[in-house]
Amino acid sequence: MIVLLGVLVVVIGFATKRNALLVVAAAGIITGLLGGLSPAKVLAAFGEGFAGSRAVTIFAITLPVIGLLERYGLQEQARTLIARFGRLTTGRFLALYLGLRQIGAAVGLTNVFGHAQTVRPLAVPMAEGAAERRYGQLPARTREKIRSFAAGADNVGLFFGEDVFLAVGSILLITGFVNTTYGTHLEPLHLALWAIPTALCAFVVHGWRLLRLDRFLERELLAADTHPTTAEGADR
Amino acid sequence: MIKAEWFYWLVGLSFLVMAAQMVTDRSNPKRFGTGAFWGLIGAGFIYSSWVVTKQAPAEPLGAAVLVMAVLAGFGFTGRGTPRTTTPEERTASAARLGNKLFVPALTIPVVAMACAIGVKHLSIGGEPVLQTGSETILGLGLGAVVALVVGMVLLREKRLSVPVQSGRTMLEAMGWAMLLPQMLATLGAIFQVSGVGGQVGKLATAVLPKDSLYVAVVVYCVGMFAFTLIMGNAFAAFPVMTAAVGWPVLIGHFHGNPAAVLALGMLAGFCGTLVTPMAANFNIVPAALLELKDQYGPIKAQLPTAGILLGCNIVIMALFAF
Repeated sequence: MIVLLGVLVVVIGFATKRNALLVVAAAGIITGLLGGLSPAKVLAAFGEGFAGSRAVTIFAITLPVIGLLERYGLQEQARTLIARFGRLTTGRFLALYLGLRQIGAAVGLTNVFGHAQTVRPLAVPMAEGAAERRYGQLPARTREKIRSFAAGADNVGLFFGEDVFLAVGSILLITGFVNTTYGTHLEPLHLALWAIPTALCAFVVHGWRLLRLDRFLERELLAADTHPTTAEGADR
Repeated sequence: MIKAEWFYWLVGLSFLVMAAQMVTDRSNPKRFGTGAFWGLIGAGFIYSSWVVTKQAPAEPLGAAVLVMAVLAGFGFTGRGTPRTTTPEERTASAARLGNKLFVPALTIPVVAMACAIGVKHLSIGGEPVLQTGSETILGLGLGAVVALVVGMVLLREKRLSVPVQSGRTMLEAMGWAMLLPQMLATLGAIFQVSGVGGQVGKLATAVLPKDSLYVAVVVYCVGMFAFTLIMGNAFAAFPVMTAAVGWPVLIGHFHGNPAAVLALGMLAGFCGTLVTPMAANFNIVPAALLELKDQYGPIKAQLPTAGILLGCNIVIMALFAF
């Protein structure tokens, strides 16, 4: 029971907004020691954990080229491009992104899209550009909201698309665990088929919420429109 | 054979170069701490190659990781004034270059796709071109390298220091959030060895009733969801909840369809991934990458969807799995 103290440290740490790295390091040390690891073993666990999980940080490899392109105006060009598609509102564009992300993940192309390679350089400026075309300069709060929804579209699309693909980690984990533990012969194909209903629900639910984002922006920004300081940008 | 380790070295090397730039950047009031933080990560990336193969001890790396946490956690890191273009220059440059700018940006996904579909199956002299099992990492890494070359040629940028500086600015902007996913992966591993999973599973089964079918379905799905919240990863929750409820009760006692029960249980866990800061690579790192003030912005945007989809999984399982 006492090893659960580590979980408590994490919950309290995150709830009180302490620095997350420190919270996690402290929780790791406490749990390790309470779980009967020697201090040297705890250190080794941190080393092995870092070494074994480098794949989650590999996206850093895209930062120089993305930074280079942004320096030359990639985001500005993305805004210009979206402005040519008059009917593509912020919500509709993000719903389209969600759909593409889901289909991509469902056929196994999980790394084709991502926060570093497509959300920041392309999806965010396009989603913001679509809103700017209608409402002019966006307040910082609205920008945050659009960016958060762009990140969300990527995550929802990935999570509820990838399980439709047979060779993805989670499917292999299920078959691996059940087949060795219970001696069954579960086929990846059947698991993947059962992921389809939820994938459809995810598209409908999140797509609908993205379309509602348009209504929210309209309410928020047209209401602000009556305010003299923001009115001038709205005529564009 | 192209190996994943090469790209880890490349990332490590670029972190080291960027760390050297950080130390010499006088516009950053905390230049030494910042440089030390990223330098340690860079060196750690390279040293890890020998830790993975057990040719080097893991303890020094573990100590270095804790030093990184202290450097970032007690405010020894900061950021300099980015040396970059003004918004006006960017607009002018975008007008001049036009849609050509998208070519390098789209090179990354195109190369990643080519690797996933085509190159994956290629082999030369009986040896696969891409290291087996690492195709997605290799696709992204190769895509980034090819895109950088295409970008520099297309933009007629001759100085390699320009993309490195731009990348460094993004690293400084993201700060410690960048290391959090790896730190959490470590915590997950420690939780596992220390038996936290088993304890939570026991607690869940002791507290929750599961005498009726529908209650058991709810317990399994909500358990996956809640456990994923704590562990930050549905993969860690799955074996525990399945051993406690999924297999013995839903499949053993109520004769559920195993494929349906297990697939939907995993997806219920994914709903938890959408709303936990413990899944930092999906929720916290993007907030840093998109320069959000509220680091919980993506989680707030995903929360209603996660709740509704958890309900969907429960309903689908209850209606169709039995």
